[in-house]
Amino acid sequence: MNNIVLAPILIPLLFAILLMLLPKKIILQRIVALIGSFFLILAACFLVFHVHTNGITTVNVSNWNAPFGITVVGDMLASLLVFTTSIILSCVIVYSFYSIGKAREKFLYYPAVLFMIVGVNGSFLTGDIFNLFVFFEVMLMASYVLLVLGGTQIQLKATIKYLLINVVGSGFFVVAIGMLYSMIGTLNMADISQKISALHGQDTGMLSVVAVLFLFVFGLKAGLFPLYFWLPGSYFAPPIPVLALFGGLLTKVGVYAIIRTFSLFFTQETTLVMPLLGILALITIILGVIGAISYYDLKTIVIYNILIAIGVILFSVSIMSRESVMGAVYYLIHDMLIKAVLFLIVGIVMAITGTSSVKKFSGLMTDKPGLGWTFFIAILALSGIPPLSGFFGKLLIVESAFSAHEIVGGILILLSSLFVLMSLIKVFTRGFWGEKMGRFNLSIPYRKMMLPVVILLSLSVLYGLFSNAVFPFIEDAVNPIIDPKVYIDAVIKE
Amino acid sequence: MKTNDVLLRNVTKVVAFIIFLFSLHLFFAGHYNPGGGFVAGLTSAGAITLTLLAYDIKTVKGMLNINTLVITGVGLLFAVGTGFIGIFLGKPFLMHVYTYVHLPVLGKVSLHTATLFDLGVYLVVVGVTLTIIQSIGESD
Repeated sequence: MNNIVLAPILIPLLFAILLMLLPKKIILQRIVALIGSFFLILAACFLVFHVHTNGITTVNVSNWNAPFGITVVGDMLASLLVFTTSIILSCVIVYSFYSIGKAREKFLYYPAVLFMIVGVNGSFLTGDIFNLFVFFEVMLMASYVLLVLGGTQIQLKATIKYLLINVVGSGFFVVAIGMLYSMIGTLNMADISQKISALHGQDTGMLSVVAVLFLFVFGLKAGLFPLYFWLPGSYFAPPIPVLALFGGLLTKVGVYAIIRTFSLFFTQETTLVMPLLGILALITIILGVIGAISYYDLKTIVIYNILIAIGVILFSVSIMSRESVMGAVYYLIHDMLIKAVLFLIVGIVMAITGTSSVKKFSGLMTDKPGLGWTFFIAILALSGIPPLSGFFGKLLIVESAFSAHEIVGGILILLSSLFVLMSLIKVFTRGFWGEKMGRFNLSIPYRKMMLPVVILLSLSVLYGLFSNAVFPFIEDAVNPIIDPKVYIDAVIKE
Repeated sequence: MKTNDVLLRNVTKVVAFIIFLFSLHLFFAGHYNPGGGFVAGLTSAGAITLTLLAYDIKTVKGMLNINTLVITGVGLLFAVGTGFIGIFLGKPFLMHVYTYVHLPVLGKVSLHTATLFDLGVYLVVVGVTLTIIQSIGESD
């Protein structure tokens, strides 16, 4: 039955409820959470191949037909993102065993993580704009809990900012949905798309207003200029596994929402939004680069690298050609994996050296050469050195930028790669090379913590090496974005 | 000085019971009239909060003798569990089924699995409200 589409939402939900019912038993919590995440990987993997063979799979929840009930749509883009999410989830859960600490594990850490995954997977899979809002809230509520869990001073400060900004963002989201509903009269995304293209140029002024409101809301979640100001401070606060989840997943949900809604709603009828998105994305890249090269703090540098990636992806989305969207999707998945890897490595470095500032330690290579080379490969993959995964996405993006005559954008993206490489090689040369300096704590469970890092990094490397095998899937994912009719026909069956 | 709240306590004994009955009425009215799981849960939690005001946290805990987190979890299980009825029937998730039954006193009654979903909502609302009130009340 088509209910397989719901599995990536229901599995973490069921396991989260189960974990809620047995708090305080840490070992049991760990085992159940891990089993849940493995089931999730299996289900997501099955979903990807199901969508690959059968085309876009939809399920009308509660058996009400498409525009009237909630439809959950498993297209290839959503399935791929859900699959990536589940892999990151399992690796982060394994990493949490050794780094999050018993105090947090006792207070419903694993249920909160799983509830966040419910929200993330739900946002990827839903085909209903209000349902998207609800899943955003599920994700955000859980992320508030994860951000504040532990109750240190810096976490409390960061949570207040993050909470305020997101409550305002959600308020605007509801207003935007309300305005769209008052014009179009439906909430199903495929139906909205159909009705908007039936407007034939009337009402497009209001439509542009709604488009900008959506850009504001999703830009706020994704960390787009000028709405990224909350991100560096808030992401600095939580413990590393939580940060890996946030950096790998949360901002990407905003990016996905922009890709989905803009490709469905706003491409044909408005000429204003896409160029605006392009310009904002380029400014985001520039500011991300400035942030990344100006700090000597490992964690902050990686956080600013999130902004650069968001800018690159959204810029290529704004071009909206087949090639550029392929690049964006490829780069999106690569970036989810590699950001999780980088944050987990940062966590290991911080556990060993006790600090995240590269001015305070050097010569880590003498004790942990494996960590050093892993970090080095991750840097090369991030900045886009050819055989690795960052290359093909950026190649497509730059090519499509030049063929769309966006010369400035293309050159900026090429330059940004250089600065990304520079910002992290600086960490590598100062922290890992040189004379041994600083006090190293070598009693951490190093091998166990390296395991999820190595798994994620090798997946990322394989993703680059076998990009030929991946591209059919990416092409499937791009079809409904370039041609909304594919999506509409899959959802609304006459 | 020790205050004597015998009036409050005696009124509470009667009123809390009425509020609870009213919340049950709201719960079952939900399908055809205003009401439903959410507001019924809030009203029930209101009855318990009134007892909490008249007595103290220890008394209420002795009365309920159940972890509020467990109430929430069981409620969620009910809500998700009703969703699986559809899956087991080979239909989409969350599809409900209903049937009409003749009960001896009530006559012709429709039994609908949406009530079970509502029961889940009810338990979640009661559980969450009580968790909030208790944890704020207990912290110094």
